Amino acid sequence: MAKVDNARSGGYAQGEKAWMAKNALDDLIQALRRRGYRTVLPRVSEGAIVYADAKNTDNLPIGVLDAQDGGTYRLSQTDEDTYFDYVVGPHSLKNYMFLPREPVLSGKRVDGKWHFSTPQDPPEPLAVIGVRSCDLHALAIQDKVFLQGEYVDAAYQARRAALFLVAVNCRRALATCFCHSMGTGPALDQGYDLALTELGGNEEEGGFVVAVGTDSGGDVLSEVPTREATKAEISKAQEQVRQLAQELEQRDCGPADAAPSASDLPRQRQLDTGGIRDLLLNNLEHTQWEDVAERCLACANCTLVCPTCFCSSVEEISDLTGEEVRRERVWSSCFTAEHSYMNSGVVRQNTKARYRQWLVHKLATWIDQFDVSGCVGCGRCITWCPVGIDLTEEVAAIRGDQS
Amino acid sequence: MAAVRKKKLAVFKFASCDGCQLSLLDCEDELLQLAEAIEIAYFLEARSQQLPGPYDIGLVEGSITTPHDRARIQEVRQKCHRLVTIGACATSGGIQALRNWADHDEFLNYVYAKPGFIDSLATSTAISDHVRVDYELRGCPVNKHQLLQVVSAFARGLKPQLPTYSVCVDCKREGTVCVAVSQGVACLGPVTQAGCGGALCPTHHRECFGCFGPQEMPNPASLSARYKSQEVDSPRLVRLLRNFNSNAPAFRDEGNRLSG
Amino acid sequence: MTGSVMPPSQSPWNVHRASVTAIHDEAPGVRTYNVTLADKRLRNCYSFAPGQFNMLYVPGVGEAAISISSDPDKPQVLQHTVRAVGNVTNSLAQAQIGDELPFRGPYGAAWPVEDCQGKDLVIAAGGIGLAPLRPVIHYIINRRHAFGRVWVLYGSRTPSDLIYQDQFDGWRAHGIEVLTIVDRADDNWKGPIGVVPDLLRQVTVSQPATLFTCGPEIMMRFVILGALNMGWQEHQVFLSLERNMNCALGFCGHCQFGPEFICKSGPVFNYRRIEPYLRLEDL
Repeated sequence: MAKVDNARSGGYAQGEKAWMAKNALDDLIQALRRRGYRTVLPRVSEGAIVYADAKNTDNLPIGVLDAQDGGTYRLSQTDEDTYFDYVVGPHSLKNYMFLPREPVLSGKRVDGKWHFSTPQDPPEPLAVIGVRSCDLHALAIQDKVFLQGEYVDAAYQARRAALFLVAVNCRRALATCFCHSMGTGPALDQGYDLALTELGGNEEEGGFVVAVGTDSGGDVLSEVPTREATKAEISKAQEQVRQLAQELEQRDCGPADAAPSASDLPRQRQLDTGGIRDLLLNNLEHTQWEDVAERCLACANCTLVCPTCFCSSVEEISDLTGEEVRRERVWSSCFTAEHSYMNSGVVRQNTKARYRQWLVHKLATWIDQFDVSGCVGCGRCITWCPVGIDLTEEVAAIRGDQS
Repeated sequence: MAAVRKKKLAVFKFASCDGCQLSLLDCEDELLQLAEAIEIAYFLEARSQQLPGPYDIGLVEGSITTPHDRARIQEVRQKCHRLVTIGACATSGGIQALRNWADHDEFLNYVYAKPGFIDSLATSTAISDHVRVDYELRGCPVNKHQLLQVVSAFARGLKPQLPTYSVCVDCKREGTVCVAVSQGVACLGPVTQAGCGGALCPTHHRECFGCFGPQEMPNPASLSARYKSQEVDSPRLVRLLRNFNSNAPAFRDEGNRLSG
Repeated sequence: MTGSVMPPSQSPWNVHRASVTAIHDEAPGVRTYNVTLADKRLRNCYSFAPGQFNMLYVPGVGEAAISISSDPDKPQVLQHTVRAVGNVTNSLAQAQIGDELPFRGPYGAAWPVEDCQGKDLVIAAGGIGLAPLRPVIHYIINRRHAFGRVWVLYGSRTPSDLIYQDQFDGWRAHGIEVLTIVDRADDNWKGPIGVVPDLLRQVTVSQPATLFTCGPEIMMRFVILGALNMGWQEHQVFLSLERNMNCALGFCGHCQFGPEFICKSGPVFNYRRIEPYLRLEDL
């Protein structure tokens, strides 16, 4: 049975805050695993911080920092005892909820009659540790697509119901971050079971202020060595989050086209969202679309790393006899010809039309469809574009020269 | 749907390494099913029996490098209702299209004691430069699953539906970290067509070499401008582009542009 | 009126088992398939509205979004008129009576037939675009007294491409004016030569009337332009649009057209709603 020597008896209620020592994070993982959760944690792999299955905290990227700019992502190792000071990697919750490939129907012909079935296996409960505010907002946006429309994606719904989220308040913002512009961060405000705010580093005893977001979060936390957080700890955590928010907001005060000539530091992103829907829909024939099409590779990376992009295609897979078939939904992208293919031809025949579809959908028509922007300001599309195309710059160019 | 006459399949070889047609024999598990679904009428590497044409489906491996082959491909075309090129050689000219940038006569004199016996063309060209092609299957070598899909589709009278988008799509579906962005490695993935099977090289932490040729809407000029700004020099980029698909138009033109 | 048979708890990807019970040749490359659900209970509760579509499934080949072209008051037998152009529809063309043809649906927004009652209605269709409008014609005939004057303006490339020709006289017998036109005549053609918008001039309606149109986008654009020039208002015009409908559930993103998902808020739209987006060809 659980070793809960120091655990507070009676458990935590929603809204309460606990203090958890850094080494107790592993106890949290073990508490989740005892409850049957598959646990996914950040780790360094292939030069980036990705999510991966982990049974303990051994491979946490302790002291690892990320630097990101258009088309580049680099890690550096510090000797700081910080667990979560990297910001966002190429993966997001999308990789686990809206699966890159997933069967939706299978069929078998027996004695000349077709028998069809849809996947029925209940999903394995999943706990993801280390998610950020932008990612929680992105998840809420995908929930609107798959759960809140006329049809419900039953498989997504089942995975979603079995998801446990341990979120982390960011302590750093990258040059590519602009959650503050999109109203999605940096402070955690919704969608988590437990929210960690990391305090301290090498100089002082490090730990986490843990905010309880749900009852199941409180239940799990009750099995972990913790104590109630002190007022001082709570206010220090709040102050830390507030400072980062302020730092981001100050980006907006600088001149829009501040020349970075004085240093090689990357441009600090922000996005002016004022009237953005009409701005883009009124400029569908702006010359900027041709300009960006010169640079755009139509490789689809931006759409695939985007934590809200939801486009998919169904592939029909058949054995050679045609007696056994399978339909699989895979991630797709509006940058492919297949996406707008009709028997009469491909509707969006060039990169200009495809980039425009992506950006206008993301920042404008998404609002018509889901009452929310499709962008959470995580900056992944900027970082993982091989040629560093930056949507904030494209919008600024259109805004600067609008019709 | 109603059973129909088994379609006749033929496999023809031109200048190539045989690797693509071997992919067909490599389909161990599916080979028996395949033999049930179609009649393998002409396939020298697999079967000594040679049934005469016409054939419903002709798979053509290899590029055109000799006057003899240049004539033979016309006969092959006439014998095949559907003609499908398999692999980079047949589809774009293959690795041997590197000769298109070299002095052919100098090669002959250097390699052969009596070059007068050699009757070859100065270029290696794609099958589609010579005859009408119904479908082109990419890859060096082809992906056997794609090959089966194409044969199966034609056997059933369907149009094959293989991806034409970039390798990046497969990388992201696999959760593979982009080597170009995270390591600054010059990778051809963004301009290369997917299909090798889950972005093989990047999944093994290597850059994509473009084995499947240009994707449906390639922009190699933008990609090479980016790599040049990251201090990858033009000769290195030209070598990357002039590989298995050096003669594929998008790669060929960019290679020529970079080498000025 | 919007049909539905899918309880939300089930996987929306599930298909209903069904089979082809009759096949009728309409025009070169165009056939109508009668499809009957295998499950009797389902057959009795299935309903659809004029303009809605099903996703027909040929196992091993794929799905295709095909509008329902039969009588909405008799949903026990569903008709789909299909032109063989892609893999799925070409495979369908090989179908024989008795073959299984599973499907899911119905999906999409319908023609606002109830709102048109008591008024004149003009139906303008091109080619196979008459198929999603035929349920409207059935609906009207089943309650003819509830509608004012009704015109069907129908054109195709050649006389043999006109679908449902054998039914035109039946429609006329119910007081529906059927006017046809072709791009290219043959020796037997006695009607006018031209395009569907040309037929508009022969129509006199009591406003406010309603215009439903379906066909190639270019045809619809000129029909609508003609109507607007004759004094129709944008809100009186409805059209049915086509895009790549991959899932029909609003999940896959393929059928987006400006802010719309054609599978969800369409395929039938009020013209005023989508007019700003119709102007760009590659949107």
